[in-house]
Amino acid sequence: MLTNQRRLKQRLLIAFEFFILILIFPSHASAAPKIEHWVTDNGARVYFIETHALPVVDINMVFNAASAREPADKQGLAMLTSDMLLEGSADLDSKAVAEGFEDRGAEIGTSSLRDMAIVSLRSLSDKEYLEPVLELLAKVIADPKFPEKNLEREKARSLQSLDHSLQQPATVGRRRLYELLYTGHPYANHPSGTHESIQSIRRADLTDFYKQFYVASNMVIALVGDLSLTQAKLLANRLSRSLKKGRPAGILPDVAAIKGGEHRIEFPSTQTHIMTAYLGTKRDDPRYLALKVGNYSLGGGGFQSRLMDEIRDKRGLSYGVYSYFQPMQQTGTFIASLATKNKNLEEALTVSNEVIDKFLITGPTEKELVLAKKNITGGFPLTIDSNKKLVSTLASIGFYSLPVDYLDTYIERVNALDRKTVTEAMQSVLGSENRVTVIVGAGVKQQ
Amino acid sequence: MTGQSLKRVAIYLVILIMVLNTSLVAASESTGVTEAVLDNGMKILIKQDHRAPVVVAQVWYRIGSSYEPDGITGVSHVLEHMMFKGTKRHGKGEFNRIIAENGGRDNAFTGRDYTAYFQTLEKSRLAISMELESDRMRGMLLDEDEFAKELQVVIEERRLRTEDKAESKVYEKFNEAAFPGHPYGRPVIGWMRDLKKLNVSDLHQWYQRYYSPANAILVVVGDVDPDEVIAMAKKYYGPIKSSKVETPEKFKVAKQTATKRITVKAPANLPYMILGFHVPAVADNPEHDWEPYALELLSAILDGGSAARFADQLIRGQQVATAVSTSYDPFARLAGYFLVDGNPAREADIAQLEKAILEQLKQLKEKPVSHKELQRVKAQVIAANVYERDSVFYQGMKLGLMETTLNDWRLTEDHTNKLRAVTAKQIMTVANKYFLPENMTVAVLDPQPIATEKPTENPVSKEQQNAN
Repeated sequence: MLTNQRRLKQRLLIAFEFFILILIFPSHASAAPKIEHWVTDNGARVYFIETHALPVVDINMVFNAASAREPADKQGLAMLTSDMLLEGSADLDSKAVAEGFEDRGAEIGTSSLRDMAIVSLRSLSDKEYLEPVLELLAKVIADPKFPEKNLEREKARSLQSLDHSLQQPATVGRRRLYELLYTGHPYANHPSGTHESIQSIRRADLTDFYKQFYVASNMVIALVGDLSLTQAKLLANRLSRSLKKGRPAGILPDVAAIKGGEHRIEFPSTQTHIMTAYLGTKRDDPRYLALKVGNYSLGGGGFQSRLMDEIRDKRGLSYGVYSYFQPMQQTGTFIASLATKNKNLEEALTVSNEVIDKFLITGPTEKELVLAKKNITGGFPLTIDSNKKLVSTLASIGFYSLPVDYLDTYIERVNALDRKTVTEAMQSVLGSENRVTVIVGAGVKQQ
Repeated sequence: MTGQSLKRVAIYLVILIMVLNTSLVAASESTGVTEAVLDNGMKILIKQDHRAPVVVAQVWYRIGSSYEPDGITGVSHVLEHMMFKGTKRHGKGEFNRIIAENGGRDNAFTGRDYTAYFQTLEKSRLAISMELESDRMRGMLLDEDEFAKELQVVIEERRLRTEDKAESKVYEKFNEAAFPGHPYGRPVIGWMRDLKKLNVSDLHQWYQRYYSPANAILVVVGDVDPDEVIAMAKKYYGPIKSSKVETPEKFKVAKQTATKRITVKAPANLPYMILGFHVPAVADNPEHDWEPYALELLSAILDGGSAARFADQLIRGQQVATAVSTSYDPFARLAGYFLVDGNPAREADIAQLEKAILEQLKQLKEKPVSHKELQRVKAQVIAANVYERDSVFYQGMKLGLMETTLNDWRLTEDHTNKLRAVTAKQIMTVANKYFLPENMTVAVLDPQPIATEKPTENPVSKEQQNAN
């Protein structure tokens, strides 16, 4: 769907008391739902949770086909391909595709960032609704036409979207940050492209990209909802058979170590945005849980974190300040960020750096560690309490090839962490001279 | 914001709360909703959802920016911030810490017509939330020093949300123009000039006046037993003495006689516009209660998905818009507006976009919507009603919102049925009645250049980095 309703709705309704940090990956464990896992005949890996509480089915088809897979001079190609999937298939034009889903109350969406390109469907489970919608979904992914005219329109819209996002100092800073962290690596590609790259993309680029990456053996299907195991198997087969078998996308190049530095960008805003980053870890890194627990006390745990305490609570310098690890297929990121009025830049920057440096020397206190573990384990049921959350959890487990008992063992693995493990993990990832800081705001160069 | 999010699906705001008979404690099998009222006047709504061992508790107060007089705009929201700063029993920061220790999530939000606080927890920990929340209904300290710091935080929040967001500024100016002297003309977060002179005694008065059990609604949704929840609520909230809370004046919008137009200059790359018409809400329009529902379906006809008219004709067909959407809230306390906002396409301009939008509205006035279109938006209404049951938080939101703004959550019990009953003729009628030039306000963003130059690089030496 093609709207920007969110903007008004958000503004109209709500002024939150503080940022809700959406965790990159939910925490987990006791009484976790049972995950069924299998591989279809032509190589799609399937993860399924059966639940009949609501007459609803959620499907995420996750392809290893996001911006990390596009050439540097064709940035934006993966996202355009993903957007264009719904622009017409076989004998159906874009309107017919949209009607086919929406006439039956189904919600279809596509998205694509650095690692994952996702096609998601939510439908009522009643056969009368689900049958035609599934048939349409299979058709859409099997035979996208990428019509030339529609592509020109979507390219123009992508340029507009890009310009729109560049109105925000935070976006300008984040783009710069990724360029600095990943020089020469596909993770430096901007998922939404650049002006030059979007203009250079041709229809043949999309068809080639689709042929190579939208194949069954490069796909994970996450399925949650009102289906029996037998029905789920039929459904998964049907979807995967509509695609060629193909080959998995392969392993991305290693991320090279980087040189730290501070980079200032002038921007006409009343606040200066400070983003402090390091290279982080891969999603399947054994240290990941320790890092997550450690980051809770540093900047992930809202008011329980040191950054929030020092920057917001004690000094009133920023509305939100937080840090997070974003693990990926290859080395991901750690980013801490805040925004403060231009005049306060140097104070906020000093405090933020001091908090991070001090934390890296000693790690969390015993008290902080206990609180972090209690929050993460005690909040486990909240992270899997809806079909929506379950399906994205399954998608992550599948895409990053985590063990199927991941949820079952989560709490005990968190509880097993001690100060030494957590501190060493934080030090081994962040404790180097590789800190990259990007600062965006008005007058930042004069200061 | 990525290219994706600009095009992202707007979630359909529709709700259903089904039939329920009334009494002091009433329950219904079909809805799983139980209602009770404590002696001090506090209302309790409980909805059972046994899918996961989780509970959400929300306390809603009938207070928000639309209750604020000029001069202290933003006071409701600043008070909401201060509600986390400690009571006699629980010192500063303890609220958040106790919830965190119990694996919970907690936060609060302020709107025009309400302020609400919530905690989501594993189900056995509901009493912890009630103990803390009831304590701060009357026991806040509102310390002077804490206030001074928190006010700076709110001012930073305003910079982040409004000052540095061109389109937010346009929205704020649009409201000011469309609602002169009316509470909906003021921003929820408050004017910067008012925030800067707000003081702690303003907050004290606000707190004393509105934070009373008789002005509060407790909503609990999740894996709970209603009788136990009521007993628990009696224990924690029951002893709190109520004070009388006056009902605010029901403002009417001054009759508009001609189209109003404003332009806002701000740094931006894309032009943007908002176009709106005054329309009724359910709460203030009892004699024509079908009208808000007709407007809601009309909104979906234009912008209810990728097959709807705006996407089909303005974005794909004429290619006059990059993004364009509608917005209408039938459940506000006071009559509001029907809004259309959007960015023109790369090869188009604001004038062309406005013309195309008005042409769309004209078509709604002249020709009934097709059976096929009406069936589609009704199918979406039915499905959305099922999908929203996937979130315990959202179910609580709906109950709380309805009870807060309409004083009776039962008024919306057959929302879905009301929507299903809307006819093509009714959609045409509301279009003709409200989409008039003399009822229209238009706000346009005139983008000022953003000159971002190449960043300078100052690699930091090892010594500097490790200095601490």
